[in-house]
Parts: sequence; C-alpha cells; structure tokens
Amino acid sequence: MKPAKTLSMRTQARRSYLSHYAMMSPFLLAFLTFTILPILAAILLSFTDFNMLQLPSFVGMDNYIRLLFEDDVYMIALKNTLILALVTGPIGYILSFVIAWLINELGYRLRVLFTFFMYTPALCGGAVTIWAYIFSSDSQGFLNDILLKLGIISDPISWLTNPQYNLVIVMIITIWGSFGTGFLSFVSGLQSLDRTYFEAAAIDGLRNRWQELYYVTFPQMKEFLLFGAVQSVSSAFSIAPTITGNPSTNYSTHTLVLHISDHAQIRYEMGYASAAAVVLFILMMAAWIGTKKLLSKVSA
Amino acid sequence: MSAIVSKVKLWIETIRVNNSRVILSRSKAGTFFIGFFISLMSLFMLLPVIYSVVQAFKPIDEIFAYPPKFFVQHPTLDNFKMVLRLAGNLWVPFSRYLFNSLLISVVGTFITVFISSLSAYPLAKGKFPGRAAISSAIVVAMLFNGNVTTMPRYLIIAGLGMVDTYFAILLPALANTMGVFLMRQFVVSSIPDSTLEAARIDGAGEFKIFFRIVMPSIKAAWMTLIIFAFQGFWNSTYGNYIYSEELKQLPSVLSSIAAGGIARAGAGSAVAVIMMLLPIIVFLISQSSITETMSHSGLK
Repeated sequence: MKPAKTLSMRTQARRSYLSHYAMMSPFLLAFLTFTILPILAAILLSFTDFNMLQLPSFVGMDNYIRLLFEDDVYMIALKNTLILALVTGPIGYILSFVIAWLINELGYRLRVLFTFFMYTPALCGGAVTIWAYIFSSDSQGFLNDILLKLGIISDPISWLTNPQYNLVIVMIITIWGSFGTGFLSFVSGLQSLDRTYFEAAAIDGLRNRWQELYYVTFPQMKEFLLFGAVQSVSSAFSIAPTITGNPSTNYSTHTLVLHISDHAQIRYEMGYASAAAVVLFILMMAAWIGTKKLLSKVSA
Repeated sequence: MSAIVSKVKLWIETIRVNNSRVILSRSKAGTFFIGFFISLMSLFMLLPVIYSVVQAFKPIDEIFAYPPKFFVQHPTLDNFKMVLRLAGNLWVPFSRYLFNSLLISVVGTFITVFISSLSAYPLAKGKFPGRAAISSAIVVAMLFNGNVTTMPRYLIIAGLGMVDTYFAILLPALANTMGVFLMRQFVVSSIPDSTLEAARIDGAGEFKIFFRIVMPSIKAAWMTLIIFAFQGFWNSTYGNYIYSEELKQLPSVLSSIAAGGIARAGAGSAVAVIMMLLPIIVFLISQSSITETMSHSGLK
C-alpha cells in the first residue's frame, strides 16, 4: 500500500506542476518577449555605440567610463536623483502607510471617501500641470500673489527656475503624487487582515495601539509593505520633473531618468543611454535590497 | 468541494464580523488628532485638483486674470463647447476615438486582472522549479527604466508584424509585472495553505482551486489593479505603435485639441476634466462594489 500512495502523491505533484506552468504560460511568454528580451537587449547595447541609424558597434566599457568620469551633467543628475529619492521615497512611503492605517479605522463610507481624496492626484493625471499656475514666476502666480499680499516678499520669486527653490518644489509635487498603487494596496491589505489575531493579542496584554501596530499589524502586513516598497523605490528613483524646465536652470533639477531620455530620444545615443539605465538599475537594486532588509527587521 | 467553499465562506465571514469592531480603544484627543491630520492631508491632495477643475469653467479673461482668483466669478461652459466644436470638425468622427479608448481600456483591464491573478497563484503557492527565479525577474523588470527598452521592444513588436494593430497594445498587457507582483503578495498573505491542502484532498484540481478559492479571496486586490490598469490604458496614446487615425485613442485627439497655445488654454483645462471623469467613476464603482462583495456574500 505504501509505495502506491507515494506514487500517487508524486503524480499529483507532477500534475500540479503542469497546471501551474499552464497557468503561468501566457504571462511568461509575454514577459519574456516584451519585457525580458528588451532589457537584455538594452544591457548588450550599453557596451556599444549605437545611433539607431547604423548598426551598433562594440566599444567595451567606453560608455561607462564616459558616464562616471567625463560627464559632469551626469554627476549633477546623480546627486539630484539621490537627494530626491532619499527624501521623497521614505516620506511618501511612510505617509502612505500611516494614512492607510488611520483611514482603516473609519466606517465604510468615510473610508471610501478619504481613500478617494488621497488618490485623486494619481487619478487625475492632468491636474499636475496646475502646479505651474501655483508656482508661476510672475506676480500672477498663486503663491507669489498670496505672499506679496501678506507682505512676506516684495518681489515675485521665480519658484520653478531658481535653483534655490526648485528642487524643494519638485519634492512637494512628488510627495503630493505619491499616494498611488502602494497606498491602495495598503488600504485593501489592512481591510483583509484577520481580526482574530488582534483580539488574541489584546487578550495577551497589548497595552496600546503602538504595540498593536508593531507586534500585530506590521508582521501581518509584510507582503503589502514589500509591494509598496518596490513601488516606492521604482518611482522615487524615476522622478523626471519637467515643470521646472527641461533642461532646468544649471541642471538644478536634472535627474538620471531625464538624462537617459535626453540621450535616448533627443541625441540618439542609445548605447550611452543604456549604460546610464544600467547604472540607475544597479542603484535601484541596492536601494531595494536595503529596504527589504530594513522591512524584515520591522515586520519580523 | 462544497465543504471547502462553505469553510472559506465562514472564514471570510469571521473576518468581516471581527472587522467591524475596534478592540483597543483610543483617547478622544487621539481621535481628534487623526481627524485633523487626515483632513489636512486631504486638503493638500485635493486643492490642486479642485483648482484644475475650476479652471475649466473659467472664461478666458479669468484664466489669465490678475490677481489670480481661486474660484470662478462667471462660470461658463464655453471651454467645453470649444472642445465639442473642435471635436466635431475632425476627419475621423469623435465617437470613433471614444469607442477605441473604451474598447482598449475595458478589454485591456480585463486581460490584466485575469492574467495577473492566474499567474500570481502558482507564483505564490506553487512549488515548481524556477519559481524563485521568476519572482526575482519580476522585481528586476519593475526596477529597469523604460526609456531604453522602448526601442528594442518596438523592434520586437514590429518583427512580429503587430505595428498598427491592437495586438501591439493588448499582447504586452499579458505581462503586467506590477499586477502579478501585487496579486502574488495578496495570495501569499490572504490564503492559508491549509485551505488549499484541504481542497486538494477533496480532489479539486488546480484550476478549480484557482476559480473557486483564490479568485474570490483576492477581490480586494482587484480594486487596486482594476483602477491602475484602467488608468494606464485610458491615458495612453500608444503613439509609437498606432499610426492609422481610425485606430487612435481619445488622448491623442484631445491633446491635439488642447495644443495651440494661449487661445486654447481653456480648452486644455476642459480636456483635462473630460479625461479624469471616467477613471473617477471606475474608481468609485470598483472601490464600493468590491468592498460590498467582500462583506456581504464572501464567495459566489
């Protein structure tokens, strides 16, 4: 009897492998063709000189050497990207979670309403242009008008072109738009948590909501926190502000993604742009691995 | 099988019942602070969006008025009439663009949600070889910048003879990495292995488990993915892939209506409002209907 049972279990396992591969096949085929193949192509191109008219020619590490040692604008873009990512990434991520957590306590109607309010910037993509009116450089700009009336400033400030202010303004606009899919997944994740754990923990002697958050909510939300983190890392490093002008004054808000698209779509230096994208990818991977380590400590 | 279904039903029901009460209490000051904080954040999120909606109802002299006013003095529908008038003079009827956009958005969203869920289940719960590699490849793909993969991807799509057909839009939609990752995280954290084991012992196949147990349990995740996917399809022009005028989407014609400098500033605001209408409706419907199915029937 025993061998027969193991055999049937093995066939069952094999059958479930087969069904699992079948379930994944449409995704896998499209993923390989339209995502992985282009990424591999881009990595190969980063070792070539390619102007999109002639065939690519192999140049070894030349693109990377030029990128890291000869391109001053790249260094500015790198600095700006790191500043923007390190400020807006964590702020946007933590705010998304905190607000989702607070919203979760509300009744059904209020919850839908506030989720909608917080998500509107992401929902109404066109609204981002309105910041240009708000921060307009002349006295017609909304902010300038208010500050002039209050007597805080005597001359209108060119918020978007003055390197003293425009990076901060990009940060504000980025945080404004950072309640995206990560936030929505937190809201629905918190909704789907098993409440019996909370009860058990309360009986076991949790003293306050902070302990509940740390000992019960975080561990249960682990998968959602990871999802939100990937979203945050990928968007925080991909900020490409054009509201401050492209190129901005002295490249004051120039970022890596703007640098990449500049070389790829305007100068047709595909090889060089690909090298820049590979370096950006390495940065993002480092940030992602770091975030993952941090999260596994918090939600252990 | 029916025993399993009723078990899952009971389990979802327990979540619902327990969800409706808060176990640890909170001080009055805490409640007040939370209300205050969420309202303040909502205001910050909403004001730019409200401003951009108000802009659309302003006559042209008010859009450029000095000093700028937040609210409209003499509301008018002129901007919308201008869009309608310009839309009436097109070579391809306006309704055609609207139909194309609706078709692509609905079909594309359906494909994205279905395929993402289908591939997320084996990725989360399967034990087949290559599972971990696929999961990491998905994260890698999410972190690689799109600017340099556009060109190789175009070559692949052209090589497959799909340029200027809807296949160029819909086939890559089979591989929505963010969607698969989101669904995977939901399946991992919301479906206990014991439920799946019990179903297997009852003789349920993997596809049956997927349709009867997995799909109903991740409805909360659909809400996030439906709105995300719909927005993506609705707002894209696919200018690289679609050349025939009669196959083009709404944004391509609306952006050409809005382009035209100062004289079309009003039309531009109206176009932004028109484009945000449908995503808002989809958001509110999906958000409320899915919360409802979660709490009332649980499983179909």
